[in-house]
Amino acid sequence: MSPLAVAMGRGAWARLGAGIRHHKMAAFGAGIVALMVLSALLAPWLAPHDPLEQDVLLRLAPPSAEFPLGNDSFGRDILARILWGGRVSLYVSTLSVLIAIFVGGALGILAGYIGGLFDRVLMAAMDVLLSFPTLVMGLLVVAMLGPTVGNLILAITLTAVAPFARIARAPTLTVKERDFVEAGRALGFSHLRIMVVHILPNVMDDILVMAALWLATAIRTEASLSFIGLGVRPPTASWGGMIREGFENILDAPWLAIFPSIAILVVMFGLNMLGDGLRDTSDPRLRHE
Amino acid sequence: MLPYIVKRLLVAVPTLLAVLTVVFFFVRIAPGDPALIILGDQASPQALAAVRHELGLDQPMAVQYVDFMSMVLKGDLGTSLVTHRSVWGEVANVLPYTIELTLSALVIGVVIGLPLGVAAARHRNEALDYAARLFSLVGLSFPAFVSGIMLLLAFAIELHWFPVISEGRPGDPLSRVSALVLPAVNLGLIMVAYVMRVTRSSMLGVLGEDYIRTARSKGVPARVVIWRHALGNAMIPVVTVVGLYLGVLIGNSVLTEIVFNRPGLGKLIVNSLNQRDYTMLEGLMVIYAFFIVIANLLTDLTYGLVDPRVSQR
Repeated sequence: MSPLAVAMGRGAWARLGAGIRHHKMAAFGAGIVALMVLSALLAPWLAPHDPLEQDVLLRLAPPSAEFPLGNDSFGRDILARILWGGRVSLYVSTLSVLIAIFVGGALGILAGYIGGLFDRVLMAAMDVLLSFPTLVMGLLVVAMLGPTVGNLILAITLTAVAPFARIARAPTLTVKERDFVEAGRALGFSHLRIMVVHILPNVMDDILVMAALWLATAIRTEASLSFIGLGVRPPTASWGGMIREGFENILDAPWLAIFPSIAILVVMFGLNMLGDGLRDTSDPRLRHE
Repeated sequence: MLPYIVKRLLVAVPTLLAVLTVVFFFVRIAPGDPALIILGDQASPQALAAVRHELGLDQPMAVQYVDFMSMVLKGDLGTSLVTHRSVWGEVANVLPYTIELTLSALVIGVVIGLPLGVAAARHRNEALDYAARLFSLVGLSFPAFVSGIMLLLAFAIELHWFPVISEGRPGDPLSRVSALVLPAVNLGLIMVAYVMRVTRSSMLGVLGEDYIRTARSKGVPARVVIWRHALGNAMIPVVTVVGLYLGVLIGNSVLTEIVFNRPGLGKLIVNSLNQRDYTMLEGLMVIYAFFIVIANLLTDLTYGLVDPRVSQR
């Protein structure tokens, strides 16, 4: 097994699995999230209609037997658009959180491990990043660079790097003083190996707990940007964009805004439950009582 | 306490300067020529050059940078590319709306969230605790624009209790208050969820400490133990979260202002983005970042007040 596989393979992931199994709330949240991921992945087979197919006669039609959630202002099937919109949300948010974990985690471990001036400059840079409100920064990046999926991912990643750097740095500071790190150094291990094999596994717990909560934040940011009109371009379906369209027709067809809102709420609720549950199992202060 | 305040102030200054630098470069690396935006596609090259000269865009980057920094540090944010009025003036017109909105949300959040969190911690794993935790989970799951639309649908469109457009009539304070209620509740409820959960978990940590058991066994009344002995120490994480939450609060206020069609910084920034009003955006970013740096500073100073050990370090 490669050192990276050892670092990632057991430890944090095993504890994550145990946490989910032993904590009812975490398990329930994980279930909701799994359902959402499945429905997004299977959208092409689950969706009863083409999400882009327009029908003037069905403009703003209320829910019916054939279109259980009704039709939007172009007569498109809302159920199909919610299923397909989930793919966009999931893709954008998962990818941005993964990049943020990788970049932020690496920066945080480096800062904590190297210390000194490097640490101070890097963390000061992170403070500067944190000085811009998440949504405002997302707005500016997407508006300036153009509303493409790539820029959306960039914008959300930028907002998440600093928090992950902070969360990775704190445990690094304590772990690097421990005897096994000292022993590794005495054995002549490279710094890279010490960071990846000995420090990373001790940082992963905190990162995984935060990842669930940040996934919720990323989905919220993506939906908010789409709601403002800076998300994926129409006619591609996204939840925020659907709510925006529903909001414009709120007096004639309130269900247009309500159904995609419910989709967002369910996913956010699942992710928050999962994140909370995981935090409960990993926070010894709350566990001992 | 005074040396502590001075030290925190000195740390805030370089952060603020770095933030200004980021704003400067961010606006300049963005694609799009401000002169072209002002004059349109049909403008002659001479006219474009004249506007670029007027805006200082024909200067070397270093000169532009020094000009920008010295202007901002003097408190001058320039004039809007679109309305040709001073950025400060435009901001000052709508700032009171945003401030009254965010402050009332903050008050709602602390006044409801703090006692609720304390009560949930005292009655851990009882019905009240479960209800409070469920409420906080739901609150955290609501994007501000979704909860805003729901409130608008229920209380403005269906029940007609509050106006749909939340600006208020000029010279009619009562209409302004009734216009504030729904947006403030929208922001405030999300805030309650944040404050409640951090108060609860912080209190749970403190209530397990030895000195609390000592106080109890001495016969100190439960009310005094909770509100004086425990809450005092539990406040630090709460203060942190309220401080950190300002960024979220600002983002949520942008969405709330859009949903409730309320004047404010949020609507101003969205309009400026649509019109590509670069100077206005620059000014707004400076103001937002300034708020956050100040809020972090106030958070640090509050630590000093809540926990005297902090200011003596």
